[in-house]
Amino acid sequence: MAAPKKRASALYNWFETRLGLGAPIMEAAEHPVPANTSSWWYVFGSAAAVILVLQVVTGILLALVYSPTAGDAWYSLQFIDHNVALGWFLRAMHGWGSDFMVAIVLIHLVQVFMFGAYKFPRELTWIVGVFLLLLTLAMAFTGQALRFDQDAYWGLGIGASILSRVPWAGGALVDLLLGGPIIAGPTLSRFFTLHVFILPGLILSLVGLHVWMVLRLGINEWPMPGRLVSKKTYMQEYHSLTKKTGIPFVPEAAWKDALFAAAIVLSIMACALWFGPFGPSGQPNPTIIQTVPKPDLPFLWIYAVLAYLPPAMETPFILIAPVVIIGAMLALPLVFGEGEKHWSRRPAAVLMVAVIAVTLGVFTHLGMYTPWSPKMNAWSSDPVPAAYLRDRTPLEREGAIVFQNKQCRNCHSIGGAGGMRGPALDDIASRMTEDQIIRQVLQGGGNMPAYGNSLTPAETTALVHFLLTLHGNRPAAVNATRKLTMHERLPLPPEQPAPAAHGGT
Amino acid sequence: MMEEEAMNPNEPLAPGAEIAAESTAEQPQNPAEAAHSRRAFLFKLAVALNGAVGALLAVPIIGYLLGPAFSKRANQSAWIHLGRVEDFPQGQIRLASFRNPATTHWDGETGDIPCWVRRISGNSFQVFAINCAHLGCPVRWFPQSRLFLCPCHGGVYYEDGSRASGPPQRGLFQYAHKVVNGNLMIYAGKMPTLAAPYAQPPLTQIQPSSATANGAKSIAVHDASGRNA
Repeated sequence: MAAPKKRASALYNWFETRLGLGAPIMEAAEHPVPANTSSWWYVFGSAAAVILVLQVVTGILLALVYSPTAGDAWYSLQFIDHNVALGWFLRAMHGWGSDFMVAIVLIHLVQVFMFGAYKFPRELTWIVGVFLLLLTLAMAFTGQALRFDQDAYWGLGIGASILSRVPWAGGALVDLLLGGPIIAGPTLSRFFTLHVFILPGLILSLVGLHVWMVLRLGINEWPMPGRLVSKKTYMQEYHSLTKKTGIPFVPEAAWKDALFAAAIVLSIMACALWFGPFGPSGQPNPTIIQTVPKPDLPFLWIYAVLAYLPPAMETPFILIAPVVIIGAMLALPLVFGEGEKHWSRRPAAVLMVAVIAVTLGVFTHLGMYTPWSPKMNAWSSDPVPAAYLRDRTPLEREGAIVFQNKQCRNCHSIGGAGGMRGPALDDIASRMTEDQIIRQVLQGGGNMPAYGNSLTPAETTALVHFLLTLHGNRPAAVNATRKLTMHERLPLPPEQPAPAAHGGT
Repeated sequence: MMEEEAMNPNEPLAPGAEIAAESTAEQPQNPAEAAHSRRAFLFKLAVALNGAVGALLAVPIIGYLLGPAFSKRANQSAWIHLGRVEDFPQGQIRLASFRNPATTHWDGETGDIPCWVRRISGNSFQVFAINCAHLGCPVRWFPQSRLFLCPCHGGVYYEDGSRASGPPQRGLFQYAHKVVNGNLMIYAGKMPTLAAPYAQPPLTQIQPSSATANGAKSIAVHDASGRNA
């Protein structure tokens, strides 16, 4: 029993004599942390680090099979999914790991923001963290591009189109992004290089810096209302706090980190097992245009914002907003490096987090069902509800056919089915009069194209008559002036025979 | 108890201290003198030399990196044969595709670029890029409503490519085109974006055979080829 133990200890000592790493690592692991930081709120950073390791490992495994050329990438993904043992599971782990990573990094960011951890002396830790967030998002985007399917292809087109709006340098930036005149082999090679070499290298070195600073400066203490940070006294206070209440990080605080990390990895595995890998959607053949490209989850909110911005504001917004947002995040610890840390004394901070979280949540939700996009096949797949055709004249039914055939349905829903780009038309005739409908159909306006050139007068008449039957339970809208003229017209005597009947007179 | 054992070997050795002792022995007594020593000068010289080598090395590295943006050859557009004129029915809009002139075999399918061809009548054409002018998604033609719809953010264009509604700031991008001996040619090779909405054909181009000028505005080659004919 004693002999193998002795031998192991001798082996350890042999290495330790030469490396000298054991002692400092042990010291770092056991360094005292304030007792109240042994909290479930302090586990997100280490969880992100664990996911990073998972992503590196699964990424290397995928790279063993993945073929980073435009002509083969999509087929190699199919091969990983269907021909490599458990290949689909590794792809799923890497994909879900990416979503979990973005989520955990964001939660970590919110936590350190709410706990005032960015204040003196941890400003640089926060700034490095901001760059790590940007790099994480860059990994998510380049990773989506490596899943070289239709979404990736057109997503790269969206990226290029956004860059093309940069004044003067736009064209050159597009060329640099694509690596050539079109989205093709050099584009994928670039994104492969970024995703596999450049960004991970940067992330690993910045994570090293980030952790080094956490160890050097100590973990942020649990904030207390009224305990203000001052550059003169903080170090002294933190020292005495750790001296008084300090517990060794390992194992007394780290067990929570370890438990949470295990739960997160298990969750990723469960999602991978249950939901499977992301895509790939159709092959990256630009001539197959029957596609509705959509970015991955972390970028859906940007996709939604770009749909809702007025055209004139779009370019300024795309160019200015990122600079302002990133600039504000980097400047935050430098401007607000002292003072109150506790959230209960920082209402503006709490409000900001709430507003930003709700905004991102709403836009992401909208991005999931894209109400602004025409539903490209609604005209041929969603039938007109039978109730809307019952007891209708032939002209009105003909109008329903025009309504379907002219793709009105792609933007307007009736009976709860169809596009959501324009208003639902189930009770349109209660809001618009005949003349208003005719004008709107023929001339368009208010974000609707004009159909004057694609409708014959007969089709217009039929369509409008169909639409006039759609007024729900409400009375049809009536033009007040027309009503007046109708009433002023003298009613004809009922018995009078039609004069036209007697041709010769 | 494992830990205690582990800590022990580090104590007697103290490698840091040893190195410190060695280096102090070699150092000259006066630090000011050290700063001006021959070795210090040679070190500075070596650093400067490395700076120069680095600058020299940066030229090919930066040139290689920026190549795609400034290389004329890599971005070369060209006249491409899109099809016979009679392949495109008059008054209709058809999807056509072509192999990009600058391409490699490992580009695979991505080297095949689609475009919309509108034959107005006779030799009068419009050739639209597939990319929406908003963010580059592929627009789809709906002949029944005579509209191009974009699936991404709902940009809509009329059949002449002009903007109908939605977020695009302009109409569809158009390729320069010409009809040569009954063949429809377009000048293409680059993904059109707001920064580079179209590729300009070269001002002079020798045409081996007769060509018919048509449609596209402000393109000198049409006049030249027209005169040849």
